Amino acid sequence: MSMAVTQTPKKSSRVLRYIGFVAMPLLVVVWSLIDLSLGKELVEWIPYLASGFSMNILITICAVTLGTTAGVVLGLMQLAPFWFVRLPAQIYVQIFRNAPALVLIFATTYIFPFEIVMFGNYLPFPDWVKAVIGLAILSSAYIAEITRGAVLSIPTTQWEATKGLGFSRLQALRFVILPQCVRRSLPPWMNVASSMAMGTSLASLVGVHELMHAATDASTAVRRLDFTIIAYVVVMAAFFTLCYPIARLTRRLEQRFNAG
Amino acid sequence: MMTASPATDAAIVKLEDVHLSFGQTQVLKGIDLTINKGDAVSIIGPSGSGKSTILRCINALVTPQSGKITVAGTRVDQLTKESERIQLRKRVGIVFQQYNLFPHLTVLDNIVLAPTRILGADKTATVKLARELLEKVRLSEKADAYPGQLSGGQQQRVAIARALAMKPELVLFDEVTSALDPETVGEVLWVIRDLIRDGMTSILVTHEMRFAEEISDTVVFTENGRIVDHGSPQQIFHSTENPRIRQFVGGLSGGGRGAVRDGEGI
Ligand SMILES: Nc1ncnc2c1ncn2[C@@H]1O[C@H](COP(=O)(O)OP(=O)(O)O)[C@@H](O)[C@H]1O
Ligand SMILES: [Mg+2]
Repeated sequence: MSMAVTQTPKKSSRVLRYIGFVAMPLLVVVWSLIDLSLGKELVEWIPYLASGFSMNILITICAVTLGTTAGVVLGLMQLAPFWFVRLPAQIYVQIFRNAPALVLIFATTYIFPFEIVMFGNYLPFPDWVKAVIGLAILSSAYIAEITRGAVLSIPTTQWEATKGLGFSRLQALRFVILPQCVRRSLPPWMNVASSMAMGTSLASLVGVHELMHAATDASTAVRRLDFTIIAYVVVMAAFFTLCYPIARLTRRLEQRFNAG
Repeated sequence: MMTASPATDAAIVKLEDVHLSFGQTQVLKGIDLTINKGDAVSIIGPSGSGKSTILRCINALVTPQSGKITVAGTRVDQLTKESERIQLRKRVGIVFQQYNLFPHLTVLDNIVLAPTRILGADKTATVKLARELLEKVRLSEKADAYPGQLSGGQQQRVAIARALAMKPELVLFDEVTSALDPETVGEVLWVIRDLIRDGMTSILVTHEMRFAEEISDTVVFTENGRIVDHGSPQQIFHSTENPRIRQFVGGLSGGGRGAVRDGEGI
């Protein structure tokens, strides 16, 4: 019974890896070779698609980094002993945790100005940065909940032990509680990071030049059904390779923290 | 008051008429207790009689509603800020029934963490001290193990070493053998006995009657939030008139768990 339970995720991840790294690329290559005119179009458009994809990577890294940092802080604020610290964090999390990603991306795009004035200079405020902020807000709300749950899951006897040794509350968090939370939070953190990676495709809807946007451009320009299909297969494979390293990294970290 | 010693300034802990309630429940109803430097004092008594609460008052984990508490020259009852209570706790070690080691750190790091991070002690010197303490609790070979790999008795000895690494002026032990398998109780009592012989001021809440009799300078019997009697082990265990104490002591040491396991087999 427990064998079956532990094997299922492994098996499904092997199937996914097979589809992502073998089946989809194989389909693209074989199809391109059978119909060389299609292959030629694809080769011409690959650099354009790649430049779009680099934007997805950039948005993912920025949004997850920002969201994780803000989320951990917000999660701890939700547990603060003072209501004036706790309450704003609770309200923020409750509002944004339930907001759809697309709504947040639209909101940040149209609420923020296209440039900001700083020390008398006009700095451009590009759309991709607004998408980063939209996704960072969403992920920070999720990660705040993950952090709060992880801290609460640590037995109170751990707090008691630190108190007896003369730790302040913050020192206990920093040296004893949070290090133990990291391992527990990794699997849900990975889910958030992966959904943010997927969510970057929504930025195409507010005009950010990322992979989905590039693929749409390409298929409009080429006007061939088979090219359109193959272009979106490439898009799917690319999103898969974006999420796969996140899963690998999480598993590696988990093993490292498992030593304890 | 408690010993014949005339020097009240030798007292390292002094509780005077301490009253404490949690909400409506009165837990301590006027506790008077004086403990001299270098003494070993055992607190015995039925469960729920306030033994742990007395210890928690001494290192400011709880604050009584009234009464005076003086610990190593500090008026604990008058501390108003958490930072002042933290200062006191750095000087008073406490070991709990559940050893509460930090599971993500090795044995050595468990011991080194508080002195280096909280007291700001030098890392190299602290590691050296930690290794000496591990030797003292006979666990040198476990320095790099994680708590999860140790038995209960071994974890509790690490917890004692962790408390000692703060170089406390006194150590409080709250039923430190109650959660242990009977086979490992002896090894922990051994370590405490050594510590008391080295002159460490120790206050023990314990159900190990034979051990309390052997190592204590004074035994205190609590019941229902009051100290019913106190005196030398001889007085409390053998010549008390109080029927409650006789019943309690007889009931416990008559059982199989009363005997001190003298550490054979360590
Ligand atoms: N934090 C607390 N809140 C409410 N009641 C408590 C708390 N801590 C202890 N008590 C109560 O105080 C009484 C004495 O507890 P304690 O000092 O732990 O007794 P002992 O250690 O002698 O078993 C018990 O009745 C217990 O239920
Ligand atoms: Mg108790």
